Amino acid sequence: MDGGEGLDLTRAFQDLLRVRLTEETLASRYKEQEMRTPTHFGTGQEAVAVGVCQALAPADAVYSHHRSHNHYLARGGSVYRLAAEIYGREDGCSRGRGGSVHLTARDSGFIISSAILGQTVATAVGSALAFAMDGTDAVAVSFFGDATLEEGVFYESLNFAALHHLPVLLVCENNLYSTESPADVRQPPGSSLCGRVRSFGVTADQVDGNDVAAVFKAAAAARLRARAGGGPVFLECMTYRWREHVGPAFDHESGRTYRSKAELDLWLERCPVRRAAAHLVRTGQAGVDDVNTMADTTATHVAAEIERARAAPWPSPDSLFDHVWRATAGNVA
Amino acid sequence: MSRILTYAEAISEATVQAMERDPNIFITGIAVDYPSGIFGTTTAAYQRFGSARVFDAPAMENALTGIAIGAAASGKRPLIVHPRNDFMFLAFDNLINLAAKWSYMYGGQAGSVPIVVRAVIGKGWGQGATHSQSLQAPLAHFPGLTVAMPATPRDAKGLLLAALQADGPVVLLEHRALYNVSGPVPSEPEPTPLGRAAVLRPGRDITIVTTSLMTIEAEQACKDLARLGVEAELVDLRSIRPLDSETILASVRKTGRLLVADTSWELCGVTSEVAALAAEQAFGFLKAPVRRIALADCPAPVSQVLEASFYPRASTLVRAALSLLGKADQVETTDRPDDFKGPY
Repeated sequence: MDGGEGLDLTRAFQDLLRVRLTEETLASRYKEQEMRTPTHFGTGQEAVAVGVCQALAPADAVYSHHRSHNHYLARGGSVYRLAAEIYGREDGCSRGRGGSVHLTARDSGFIISSAILGQTVATAVGSALAFAMDGTDAVAVSFFGDATLEEGVFYESLNFAALHHLPVLLVCENNLYSTESPADVRQPPGSSLCGRVRSFGVTADQVDGNDVAAVFKAAAAARLRARAGGGPVFLECMTYRWREHVGPAFDHESGRTYRSKAELDLWLERCPVRRAAAHLVRTGQAGVDDVNTMADTTATHVAAEIERARAAPWPSPDSLFDHVWRATAGNVA
Repeated sequence: MSRILTYAEAISEATVQAMERDPNIFITGIAVDYPSGIFGTTTAAYQRFGSARVFDAPAMENALTGIAIGAAASGKRPLIVHPRNDFMFLAFDNLINLAAKWSYMYGGQAGSVPIVVRAVIGKGWGQGATHSQSLQAPLAHFPGLTVAMPATPRDAKGLLLAALQADGPVVLLEHRALYNVSGPVPSEPEPTPLGRAAVLRPGRDITIVTTSLMTIEAEQACKDLARLGVEAELVDLRSIRPLDSETILASVRKTGRLLVADTSWELCGVTSEVAALAAEQAFGFLKAPVRRIALADCPAPVSQVLEASFYPRASTLVRAALSLLGKADQVETTDRPDDFKGPY
């Protein structure tokens, strides 16, 4: 773990804990069949979300994809409103209409997540276009997975962002799998994601996505570059999804063979939360007791928020048609 | 004050007036800043506002729609123009899966994305199977998307103005064969309400419900019918979604006969929707079966003689109306000349 100059590692660690413990608690609750919606857990990938979001300013716009809890929480979204959303409750961040894959926390600068690969690459570029037209200092960020570079919309968006030098950070969480397909059945041998992006004249760097300080440092530099008119920056953050594609189980528990328990174990050793804790202790920024206290406090808070969400009221059936249309004076629509 | 303008001039005027009032409006799409400017509809805006607000886009229909959504989420009001609406199939993911659902699927908590999409329906001069389709039915199928089809110069201006003030995504389908049609247009920026049909001609014998170019064909048909003593009531839908069922039903209840003409095919189309509406809610008033007029049920052919059989015209409507009224259909009809010249 390198220095990550400018990073408040204690704050980053607390965010990592908040993300990890929320996901762990949600995953354990998910098995009760009360959260009746497909849910993609991001356990193991937390350092990408936290490292990037720590480098952002309040006015920056963040977009995410189907594995979106990490980004929503790292950007300041509420545990309660996330859990309430997955429980389908009225207090959910999308009032129980969106589910795990359609989150929003606009007051925190988390615009939306959406479920179809590549959509929010384009929307982030659109926000960056608006920022450039208005001459503001804000940047837009899109989080997506490696399979998004198999979608045409990615290249359309990249081309446009490069053409107009737009201030957008394209953050690829390369977790090596798309659903249950490894990269080698999806992408030709010798093909590099950074190489493809560089062919558009866009800066692209690979970073250890399980090292929050390294991600922060790369994101902070990328943000500065984008703000200075350097155009889009692509970060390929190498990481790993611990749990199954959708749902709370581990693949080996379900007898799936597309990847091995041994491979998972290798990545468990690179746990981003434990690495950040070790770094805090090693550099004298916290003692082991402090780390444990932070973990306990966060666990208690998260458990209480999720329990509160489970007890929250359902939406009224009368509200089924709320917000289908946006009324406008003079229009029937 | 009204003047006589062409449909293209009316769109151009609406665009400039809307952009003067709202600095967040910008226009993008293929060729919008070219001298030809989408049948001249974006030329004045480009001359007036320059490349900061009117700019070309690469061939990237899907991402451009997503970019418009993101820009709208960050305070802009993008207007995308597709030289042919067939190209919009490439944009359906972002348009339907994101823009149309944005307000609903974030529970109203993520604001709105007021994007406007103008797209041109082609016809004639050998436009063929992929440059002539008319996408109102698939677009209007999805809750959350407003879909309108201006037929007259007045509504071309008014519906565009309304779309550029609306709070959600709006698609306007414009017919290439209408750009040179002239009619009265108010000089003031007067929006035409989205979701309201217009009774363009009152009548007591038969209701003719139309969209887009078929409205103009029907106006001609109504004149021919009037010479034969038939008073047809012409209802131009203007908006496909929201559909103004009240105006349709009121007319059908009055005349007892319904002819529906659309610029697309029958199956799962607008003509079917209007026919179903009448069957469900005005059945007791009907004196004859509902009759639908739509494209021949095949992709659009290129060859002139085949194309002439493919598209319904005023004479098609006259014959259908007379048949519904039980009158002889061997009559003199006056089709509008198909005067469009290529190559575009």
